[in-house]
Amino acid sequence: MSRIVKDFTSRVPHWHPHVTPVELDKATPAQLDALQVTPSNRKISDYVLVLAHDPETLKQRSPLFNAIMYNRGGMSRAEREMGAVAASRVNHCIYCAAVHAERYNQLSKDETAMAKVLADGAEADLTPRLGAILRFAMKLSECPPAATAEDVTALTQAGLDAEEILDLVLSAALFGWANRLMHTLGEPVAA
Amino acid sequence: MTDLLLELARIAPESPLAAIAAKRGDVFELTQKTHDAALRPLQPGGLSHGLRAALACRIAALNGDAPFLGHFRGLLDEAKASEDERKIAELSWTGGDDRSRALIRHTDLVASEPKKASGADIRLLCEAGIAEADIVRLSELIAFVSYQIRVVAGLRLLKGAL
Repeated sequence: MSRIVKDFTSRVPHWHPHVTPVELDKATPAQLDALQVTPSNRKISDYVLVLAHDPETLKQRSPLFNAIMYNRGGMSRAEREMGAVAASRVNHCIYCAAVHAERYNQLSKDETAMAKVLADGAEADLTPRLGAILRFAMKLSECPPAATAEDVTALTQAGLDAEEILDLVLSAALFGWANRLMHTLGEPVAA
Repeated sequence: MTDLLLELARIAPESPLAAIAAKRGDVFELTQKTHDAALRPLQPGGLSHGLRAALACRIAALNGDAPFLGHFRGLLDEAKASEDERKIAELSWTGGDDRSRALIRHTDLVASEPKKASGADIRLLCEAGIAEADIVRLSELIAFVSYQIRVVAGLRLLKGAL
């Protein structure tokens, strides 16, 4: 039996599903369409194969995810990854936090800031800009959302414009979604 | 563009924030399509449109979001939800049978405290007779509505700052 990963890390674990993934050979046309399966693209993760049980949402979800995380303009890709990690920290999604911490580190070419976020959460000692981003995204991720006008003021004082703040809202909110799937439909096990 | 999220955030069509949101038009459009896929899918499986609207009402209430609660109550009417489904929309109701109790328990847990969820919670759904495909449909519904509520919460804050 593999060991469940319980502490935040930037080393990406495996993900073990609690729900049986759809078998590609038995998938319906709607599932294959949502999975975007082609003869050259048959390597699909267990996570996505679990989500294929609901092809109607999966079909919209994949392009929406890409639009929020990779659209041109607005907030930098690295800072959107910080929004993703902030939500994952609140929702305790170890797997999402690891994947997006690793991406942040690659994009920003720095590992020190993310190491502090994973270790200390909202208390992490960061630059004013990153600190404002982290705290806003973590508070937005609570239930009910707890971000306030003061948190937005902290973002604008740290130099973020409205387009960047909208992208931060979207990336943090998107991981309120992703975490609620990844953390509940399976668990991270040591790679 | 009349968009549900901009409407619930009370953002006027000609306002500066509407212009900024328009630059992310693809995101708003795909969000609306996912809303329809989660709340009123063509293939609802074991989760009727009325049940989905009722569970969404709970999620809106747990997030303290009255405009979203009003929206999902409208979907209850649109779906001609049964009396049993309407009861599920009320947070004080914890369920009338094993199946509704399990659906309500899981919705409330994952909407409000996802960090506390574990494999044991998925087993409880299986034991209540909920099919694996319906577990995924339920999870997408809870997760999507939680996302949508946070986008609007952020838009309201941004509106106040512009």
